[in-house]
Amino acid sequence: MISFYLNGQPYHLDNLDPNLSILNWLRTNMRLTGTKEGCASGDCGACTVAIGSPHPDGTLHYTTTNSCISLIGSLHGKHLITVDALQQQPPHPVQSAMIEEHGAQCGFCTPGFIMSLFALHQNQQGQPASEKDLLETLSGNLCRCTGYRPILDAGRKAMVETWTPGAADPKTQESAHPLQAPDMAGKLTALANQPASIEADSGAWYQVPTDLNALRDLRRQWPESRLIAGSTDLALDITQQLKTLPQLISVERIPELLAIEDSADSLTIGAAATYESFRPALSRLWPAFDPMLSRLGSRQIRYRGTLGGNIGNASPIADMPPPLIALGATLLLDGPEGERSLPLEEFFLDYKVTDLQPGEFIRSVSLLRPGPNEHLFIYKVSKRLDDDISAVLGAFWLRLEQGAVTRCRLAWGGMAATPVRSPAAEQALTGKPWNEATIKTAGAALAGDFKPMSDARASADYRRQVAANLLRRAWLSTQTPAQPVTVTDYA
Amino acid sequence: MRRLPVNSPAPNQSARHLAGASVAHDSAWKHVSGQARYIDDMPEPEGLLHAAVGHSAQAHARILSMDLEAVRSAPGVVAVVTADDVPGHIDIGPVFPGDSVLASGLVEHVGQPIFAVAATSHEAARKAARLARVEYEPLPARITIEQALAAQLFVRPSKTHLRGDPDAVLGQSEYRLQGSHHIGGQEHFYLEGQACLVEPTEDQGAFVHTSSQHPSEVQKLVAEVLGLPIHEVQAEVRRMGGGFGGKETQAAPLACVAALLVRATGRPVKYRLARADDMIQTGKRHDFLNQWDVSFNAAGEITAADISVSGRCGHSPDLSDAIVDRAMFHVDNAYFLPAARVTGHRCKTHTVSNTAFRGFGGPQGMMVSEQVMEDIARQLGKDPLDIRKANLYRPGRDTTQYGQTIEQHILPDLIEQLEKTSDYRQRRQAIRRFNAGSPVLKKGLALTPVKFGISFTAKHLNQAGALVHIYTDGSIHVNHGGTEMGQGLYIKVAQVVATAFQVDLSRVKVSATRTDKVPNTSPTAASSGSDLNGMAALDACEKILSGLVAFGAEHWKVPAEDIHFADNQVHLGDTAVDFADFVQAAYMHRVSLSSSGFYATPRIHFDHERGQGHPFLYYANGAACSEVIVDTLTGEYRVLRTDILHDVGRSLNPEIDRGQIEGGFIQGMGWLTMEELVYSDQGQLMTTGPATYKIPAVSDTPPDFRVDLLADSPNREATVFHSKAVGEPPLMLGISVWCALRDAAASITDYRYSPPLNAPATPEEVLRAVTASELWLASAMEVADE
Repeated sequence: MISFYLNGQPYHLDNLDPNLSILNWLRTNMRLTGTKEGCASGDCGACTVAIGSPHPDGTLHYTTTNSCISLIGSLHGKHLITVDALQQQPPHPVQSAMIEEHGAQCGFCTPGFIMSLFALHQNQQGQPASEKDLLETLSGNLCRCTGYRPILDAGRKAMVETWTPGAADPKTQESAHPLQAPDMAGKLTALANQPASIEADSGAWYQVPTDLNALRDLRRQWPESRLIAGSTDLALDITQQLKTLPQLISVERIPELLAIEDSADSLTIGAAATYESFRPALSRLWPAFDPMLSRLGSRQIRYRGTLGGNIGNASPIADMPPPLIALGATLLLDGPEGERSLPLEEFFLDYKVTDLQPGEFIRSVSLLRPGPNEHLFIYKVSKRLDDDISAVLGAFWLRLEQGAVTRCRLAWGGMAATPVRSPAAEQALTGKPWNEATIKTAGAALAGDFKPMSDARASADYRRQVAANLLRRAWLSTQTPAQPVTVTDYA
Repeated sequence: MRRLPVNSPAPNQSARHLAGASVAHDSAWKHVSGQARYIDDMPEPEGLLHAAVGHSAQAHARILSMDLEAVRSAPGVVAVVTADDVPGHIDIGPVFPGDSVLASGLVEHVGQPIFAVAATSHEAARKAARLARVEYEPLPARITIEQALAAQLFVRPSKTHLRGDPDAVLGQSEYRLQGSHHIGGQEHFYLEGQACLVEPTEDQGAFVHTSSQHPSEVQKLVAEVLGLPIHEVQAEVRRMGGGFGGKETQAAPLACVAALLVRATGRPVKYRLARADDMIQTGKRHDFLNQWDVSFNAAGEITAADISVSGRCGHSPDLSDAIVDRAMFHVDNAYFLPAARVTGHRCKTHTVSNTAFRGFGGPQGMMVSEQVMEDIARQLGKDPLDIRKANLYRPGRDTTQYGQTIEQHILPDLIEQLEKTSDYRQRRQAIRRFNAGSPVLKKGLALTPVKFGISFTAKHLNQAGALVHIYTDGSIHVNHGGTEMGQGLYIKVAQVVATAFQVDLSRVKVSATRTDKVPNTSPTAASSGSDLNGMAALDACEKILSGLVAFGAEHWKVPAEDIHFADNQVHLGDTAVDFADFVQAAYMHRVSLSSSGFYATPRIHFDHERGQGHPFLYYANGAACSEVIVDTLTGEYRVLRTDILHDVGRSLNPEIDRGQIEGGFIQGMGWLTMEELVYSDQGQLMTTGPATYKIPAVSDTPPDFRVDLLADSPNREATVFHSKAVGEPPLMLGISVWCALRDAAASITDYRYSPPLNAPATPEEVLRAVTASELWLASAMEVADE
C-alpha cells in the first residue's frame, strides 16, 4: 500500500498498476480533468502538479513534477496538489494575476503554468522572485499562444501578493481550504515512515526499500528489476514505447543514496539526489555547473531527475557525465557482491552499455575539491536555451600554471556513442602554452578523436566545428580584458 | 413596470465592457482553475470506447497483405475496421479528392491510417494498433521539393501571375540579383492534441464533439463517410486547446474514423491522438523552395521580378491550392513590383499532406521580398531599412502584381513611427560600434513590415451566420459560426452584441458552436473570425432591434427615432425602461426576441484564369524591429529586444489583440529559428515530439519586448466597428528576427555580403551563415592583397 494526500485528503492505494502515471490516475481513475496531457513525455508541462514534502525544519517544501512521467508510487508520503484544489473564490494570487494580465488564451497549458507559479509562490512566502528564478520556474511549461510575456508579468505580480483563501464554511466550520489542513508536514512524515509497496493483480510490483540492505536483497532476488527514481527517462518506456515494467524498485528513500556529503577534500553525491538538491553544493565547488544546470531539462525535470539516473542511463547526450569525467569523478557501485569503485570514465562501455553488473546499482559519485590553478569550463550547445538536449556538450578541466597547460581532461557529450574524452586534443594541450596557436592545434586534433553522427539535433559537421570552437571559447574566456563569449552571459 | 426619469444619474460604467474594452477572455477563470472543458475532459458516456489507428510504415508502397488477427484478439479490443467497412464515401478530401479515411491498396506517406481499432481504453487501443502485420511492396518515394520538381509531380496545376514584361526589364537591367532559399515547415503543436468524441444518435446518425476549426466540414464528411444526409450528423465545438490552422481540415479524419467505429459497435467512441501520433499523422505548415531573379535601379527600387514559389504539399491537395495561391499573393509583401512573373508550384511528395497554418502560405511567400530587400541593400551599400522604405507601396505605385489597388497606405507612416520609437538609427550605430569591439559575439538588427491580405481567397467562404436570442429576463444568448481556439473570438462577439443592445457584457453568453444552431459555416481561419461572425451577430442584433424599436414606438407612442438603447436601458422619448423590463413587455406583446444574422464580405472578386482581381477586402499591416546577438563560435543566439507597432484598426479588445500580436510574433520567430522538422531519406519524420521539435520556451521571449497598437486607425472598410483582423498577420513580424540574424552574420563582412540563411535558422544554420561570411571576407581580403 502507498499513502499520500491529494489536495488535503488522505489516500491509501494498493492493487493498482505500478506503471500508472500520476496523470492517468488523476484523469482516468479519479476523473479529475483539470490537469492536462500535452505530450506524455515530460517536455511540455501541461500536466504539471505541485508536490509538498516535509522539510526537516517542520514546514512543507514544494516542488513541481510532470505528472505524465511520474508514477503513482512516487507519491508515497507526499502531498499532491493539483489545480482542482484552486477552484474556490477568491482566486489564488497567481490565478488573479494570470486573468488580469491575459496570461491564458486557449487555456490548455494554463493549469500547468498555474501549478508551477503556485509552487514558487508557496516557496517564496511573499518575497519577489528573481528573474532567473522565474524563468527557471517556467522553463518546463510550453505555451503556444501567448509568447509568455503576460505569463511572466503575472508571475512577477503574483509573487508579492498574499494568499488569503476564503473564509471557513459557516455551517460546517470545516477548514477554510483543502490546502490548509493543519500539520500536513507532521502527517506526511508519519506516512513516509511506513513501508510502501504496490502490487497489482497481474503480479507487477513497485517496492520502496528504506535501507541499503533491503535494496541489495531486492536486487539479488530480482536482478531483472528496474531501479526507479525520478523516472524522467524510464517512464518514456511506458508512455512512448507502450512497454510494461513489471518490477520496479524505488531508490527514493534510501538515506545513503540521497546523501550529499561535502568533506574537506571531496564532495560525494548520492545517486538518488535530484539535480536541484545537489546543485547548490556542486555549484559552490565548481561555479561552472550552475549555468549548465539551469539549462539541463526543466525545473520540473530537475526536481525529479537524479545524478544516478543521468549516469546509469548511459545516454551519449546526458549532460552530467562529461563534466564529471573531466573532473575525474569516481563512482561507488554497490550490489550483491559488495561495493566497488570505478572511475566514471570507465563505466561507459558502448551505446547504452555500462559496466554495471546484474543486481548492481550506483550508490554515489565523488569528486575532489578544486586544487590551485584548476579551471573548469562547461559549455552546452542546443537549439533552444530551456529544456533541450545538447547537440554538443564540452567540459574541460585544465590546470594552468605560468601560462601553460600542465594537465587537462576534455570530455564530451553528443560526439560519440558514449560520453568520451579526446586524448589527441588533450595531448596537443598538455605541456603547451595556453595561447591561440595551441588552441588551434588542439582544435585540429579533435578531428582524430571522434566521428560524431548526424541526427535530428545537429549534423556531424556542425558537431565537429562547434567542438573545436568551444575549446577556443574556453581560451577566449580566460583572456583579459574579459569579452563576453556566450550569448547567455549577455542579457 | 419601473420607469426611470431620463435625467437620473447614469448607473453605468458598464461601457467598459463594450466593444473596445480590454475585457478578459470569457473563459479566463475556467482556464486558470482547470475547469475549462476540452474534449478529453468531458464526462464519459456509458459504454465509451477508445480509438486508435494503424499507420503505414512506408512512404510509398502497395499493401500486399494486412493481417489484423493479433489486433482483433488483443485485450480490450471490441472492433477493428478497414476501408472495406466504410458505408459511404472513402475519399474525405476537403476541397479536392485525394484523402482516404482509411487507405487500402496504396499508401502514400508514413503514418497514413490503414485500419482503426476500438477498445475499452486508450492504452488498449494504442497497444493493439501496433500488433498488425502488414506486407508492403515499396514504390519509389519522393520526399523533397527538389525530387517532386524534377519528376514534375504536382497535387494541383501550377499557376502564374504576370504583370508587364519582366523578362525584357530583367535583361536590360544594370542591377540584378538571383537567389533561392529553403523555408522550413512548422508543426502546429497546439497543446491539446487532435480529439473528438462521437456518440450514436437515432436513425444511425451521429453527434460529434470535436476540437475543430471547421465543424461544418466535420459534419459533412462524417455524414458522407456514413452515407447519410448531412442533417443526420451534428457537430459541436466548445473550445480548442489551440488550433493555428492545424484543426481546419485535420480534425475531420479523426471524427470520420470514430464515426466508423461507432457504426461498427453502436457505442460512443473517443479518439484522441497521442502527441507522437499527432505529429506523424497530421499535416503541417508547407516548407517552400523559393527562387527569384530581380532587377533594380541605383536607388534600390525593384524594376522587375521573376519569382517562383514551390510548396511541399505532401501526398494530397488538402488546402494546398489556396495555400500556394496565398504564397503567390504575398511574395511582394509590402513592396511594389512594377513588372513581375510569379509562378506557384504545388509539389506532390510522399509525406503527410501539409495543411493550413497561421498565415496560410503568405509568410513563406513574403520571405522572398524580405531577403531580396536585404540583398539589394548590401549590394548597394545601403541600410536595408532604406531599401524597404524606397520600395513600399505608396500613391502612384499602388497596384499589386495581381491587380489589386492598395487603397489605404498605412505602412509608410507606421514604419516611420516605429523607426523613431525603436531608436533604429541610433541602435544601428551602436551595433556597429559593439560589433567592431566584439570578435565573438555579433549583434544584428532588422525592421521588417507586414502587409497581409484579409479575406478567404476562396470567395464562397467569406460568409457567416449567427443566432441571437433574448430571454425574458433580459439575458442574451449568442451562437455564431466561428470557433474558439483561444483567440478570444467569443468575447469579441459578446462585446459586439453587448454594444448593439448597450447592455452589460454579463448579460451576454456565447455558447458552443454547433452545426444545428448555425449551419453551413466557414472554417474559423484566414483571420476572419471576428470580421465575419461579428458582423453576422450584429446583423442578428439589428433585426431584433428593429422589431423592438417598432414595438417601443407603438407601445410607448414615441417616434422610432426617439428610441435609444443605452446603459442597460431603453430610452423612449422622456421615459427610460430597464432593458429586462422592456424585453419582458415585448414578449408579452408577442414580439420576436430571436433572430439569425448573416454576413457576406462585399467587394471581393478574383479571376483565377487571368490571375487578376481584388481578392482581399483590405490589408492588415504591422512592423517589427528586432535586435539579436549571435555567437560566431556556435551559431547560438538570443533576441535581445523587439519593438512592434501593429495596425488592428479600431480594436474590439486591445489586450486580446495584443495577445494575438505577441503570440503570433513568437510563433513566427519559432518557425524561422528553432522549429526544425527533420525527415529521413525514407520519408520518416524524425522529430515526433517536443523532445526533438523545439517550440519557443519562456527564455526565448525577448527580455525587452515593446508592443503597441497603431493609434487612430479605424478600418476604412465597413468591418465590425471598423476593426481589423489580427489572427495571422503578426506571425510574420517574426521575420524581423530571421533578418536580424542574417544582419549579424553580414556584419562580419561590414555588410558587403549577404550570406545565405535557410529557415529555420537553427544555431547550425546561423553558424553556416557566419562561416560563409568569414570565407567571403577572407577571399575579399586576398583579392585586395593581390
